[in-house]
Amino acid sequence: MATAELSLQQEFQEYTLRSPFKASWQKVMMWVFIVVDALTFGSLLVSYGFTRVSIGTWANPAEVFALHIGGKEIPLLLIAIMTFILVSSSGTMALAVANAYERKKKQTILFLTLTMLLGLSFVGCQVYEWTHLIEQGTRPWWNPYGPPQFGAYFFTLTGFHGMHVLSGVIYLAIVARMVANGTLDRRGSYQLVEIAGLYWHFVDLIWVFIFTMFYLF
Amino acid sequence: METPNIAHAEAPVDAHHHEPHSFWSKYVFSQDHKVIAMQYMITALVMGFIGMAMSWIFRIQLAWPEHNLPFLRFLMPTNMESGTLQTPGYYMLVTMHGTIMVFFLLTAILTGGFGNYLIPLQVGARDMAFPFLNMLSYWFYFLSCVVITISLFVSTGAAAAGWTSYPPLSALAKATPGSGLGQDLWLIAIALFIVASTMGSLNYVTTALNMRAKGMTLMRMPLTVWGIIVAAMLGLFAFPALFAGAVLLLLDRHLGTSFFLPHLVLGGEHIVRNDGSPLLWQHLFWFLGHPEVYILILPAMGITSEILSNGARKPIFGYKVMVASIIAIGFLSFIVWGHHMFVSGMNPWLGFAFVITTLIIAVPSAIKTFNWLGTLWKGNIRFTTPMLYAIGFISTFVTGGLTGLFLGNSALDIPLHDTYFVVAHFHVVMGLSSVFGIFAGIYYWFPKMTGKMMSERWGKVHFWLTFIGSYGVFWTMHYLGFMGMPRRYYSYDSYQFLPLSMHALQIVITISALVVGIAQLIFVVNFLGSWLRGKKAPDNPWEATTLEWQTSTPPPHGNWGPVLPVVHRWPYDYSVPGASADFVPQTVPVEAEPSGEHHRHAVAVNGHGHTNGHGNGHHS
Repeated sequence: MATAELSLQQEFQEYTLRSPFKASWQKVMMWVFIVVDALTFGSLLVSYGFTRVSIGTWANPAEVFALHIGGKEIPLLLIAIMTFILVSSSGTMALAVANAYERKKKQTILFLTLTMLLGLSFVGCQVYEWTHLIEQGTRPWWNPYGPPQFGAYFFTLTGFHGMHVLSGVIYLAIVARMVANGTLDRRGSYQLVEIAGLYWHFVDLIWVFIFTMFYLF
Repeated sequence: METPNIAHAEAPVDAHHHEPHSFWSKYVFSQDHKVIAMQYMITALVMGFIGMAMSWIFRIQLAWPEHNLPFLRFLMPTNMESGTLQTPGYYMLVTMHGTIMVFFLLTAILTGGFGNYLIPLQVGARDMAFPFLNMLSYWFYFLSCVVITISLFVSTGAAAAGWTSYPPLSALAKATPGSGLGQDLWLIAIALFIVASTMGSLNYVTTALNMRAKGMTLMRMPLTVWGIIVAAMLGLFAFPALFAGAVLLLLDRHLGTSFFLPHLVLGGEHIVRNDGSPLLWQHLFWFLGHPEVYILILPAMGITSEILSNGARKPIFGYKVMVASIIAIGFLSFIVWGHHMFVSGMNPWLGFAFVITTLIIAVPSAIKTFNWLGTLWKGNIRFTTPMLYAIGFISTFVTGGLTGLFLGNSALDIPLHDTYFVVAHFHVVMGLSSVFGIFAGIYYWFPKMTGKMMSERWGKVHFWLTFIGSYGVFWTMHYLGFMGMPRRYYSYDSYQFLPLSMHALQIVITISALVVGIAQLIFVVNFLGSWLRGKKAPDNPWEATTLEWQTSTPPPHGNWGPVLPVVHRWPYDYSVPGASADFVPQTVPVEAEPSGEHHRHAVAVNGHGHTNGHGNGHHS
């Protein structure tokens, strides 16, 4: 049995070397999936652009997404905080990957947990934002700020992205568990952490696009 | 690089996973790519038969309007009270025929069936990269088939807005009977199908890139694998647009959004939605829709190339150019979708750009056709059933490709739009051609899959009836299209511009369609009969060079026994001058037998060969 396991590993190493990208199939598969997912978000964002251009008028996001603090209206403050949280989570994720390659189990788990917490607080902010807008009367079919498609795209784009963040948190939790219970040690490779990191960074990158195209314009 | 190093590749049989023994893990929830391939194939063929039966029913309506068909009452109780096909039933049938054929038969069988079976075997892998995901892919596909089949039996009928499901017809639940629950189930089935296809395609691409055997460089992969993985990439990159569209359409239907709905009046009632654009759906749909036709044609092209080379006993003509044109067609297919929307009111200059990109696709397509003919030229052709189907593929691809030049040009497309000419064109070029590729593939790989030979005699009867019958259907349709016969019309007897003589052509089409239908029953009998009691197949009945024929028939779990194959040459070493047989398998070292791969290379670089040949390899 031990020899069989060894051959299995050798076979995988062989395959990795033969890949045109010199990457394992797991990593190649994740990259291809990221392209697929990017195209899904791309389709939604292009649809949003198409609709917005063809309607001509739109809500002013600086007003819609303003926070009232001390009687003052600060445009996009919540969005800035959310962006900061998500970008920071990319930083902690990168640290988790770096520690994983040095086989530092405890630090890897620590940074994975931090990433998950930041992800959850991002989703928390999103829940707050949704609640606020719904209280103001925003619905998929109507909103007080502009054409009905403004609310429709708001819920669709941020909802779809929020779902990605949430599934990312679940994904990271599974990976953290595999680090903790030694599954990755037995496999002899911590690459899974890096692959999960690819997904996490991708979800952050998508946010940058949504932030720029939906909130800033 | 060419030195054989077999010890290097040694690995135990069950290295990837242990062979399953229980019935459930072996035949039902199997993770073996060969079993999954058969599941995909058989499910897809069953769906294809349902789709074909639908076409008989609406073809009978077109030839003999309002003819009474008592058995319909049992099949479709809602739309067939009196046994006559009524208008909603007619629209439902044409919609479901298109949907089932394009997605649930052709896409599923070519990538899910052939892709699953051939990629690991032809690149020398033990299985797909991620077998569990592969199994999941099949079961999502199965689920989508169940949903689309259930939709046929809901009380308001299945979706009836055409396979393109244009809003507002598909967005307003009360627009037609089929716009109700049937349309929801249609959208759900399509979304499930996209998930299944994505999971499958991730595996196909990754396996071909990463799991190749030693010596199997990318430019030594059989053209079938090239065709399938480029098609898989098209699926991966094009389906997201339809997925996004399906999600937005579901939101329009159930959450009251108006992504696709402009202000409109329905039955005197104002629909309180506004400013949405039905054109947005058309863009999203066709951004998938056009690559989709190449998802169907590229694997068929690969299969055809493979079988032509084998049947002509000659190396494929212009291997590198074949690969390059597959990739070029794949790339171009993403920038031509607007040619489906010439009459949607687009800016003529934009239409002009789409005309240019569309006509450019003719270049790689013509190169491929030239190379197939070059492969056949002076070959020692063996007219087996798979070979007949491969030649039939060239015929239908050329016929359909030529009418594509008419329709790709907006000046001609505008008068021909939505006529039978369009129906004839796309059926010939993507329906018939990929079906011919599929049949070629089934007859060719059936021995490897089942261990039995199919009957050649009945295979040939099947081929000739199908070939002549389908030209009877679609050649005739071109004339109807030129006369202005609009597609999707339930009844056409009250239009002054349509002469009564057209009716005779409608009857010719329907009779041909029924003949083709009967021919498919011959296929079913041959398929099942040969599987049960066919002649036992040898390991390499077609004397082929590719890896799948170098293992036992049918291949064991893990495909190769204890030792992985090592590849020493390209897959088209047929009739190599100086070789002991007219084919040299890819596993034979170049020290043992000469290779045409380098010979051809020398011809390309130095302008003359090592030996006496001209690089066409014909020495019989």
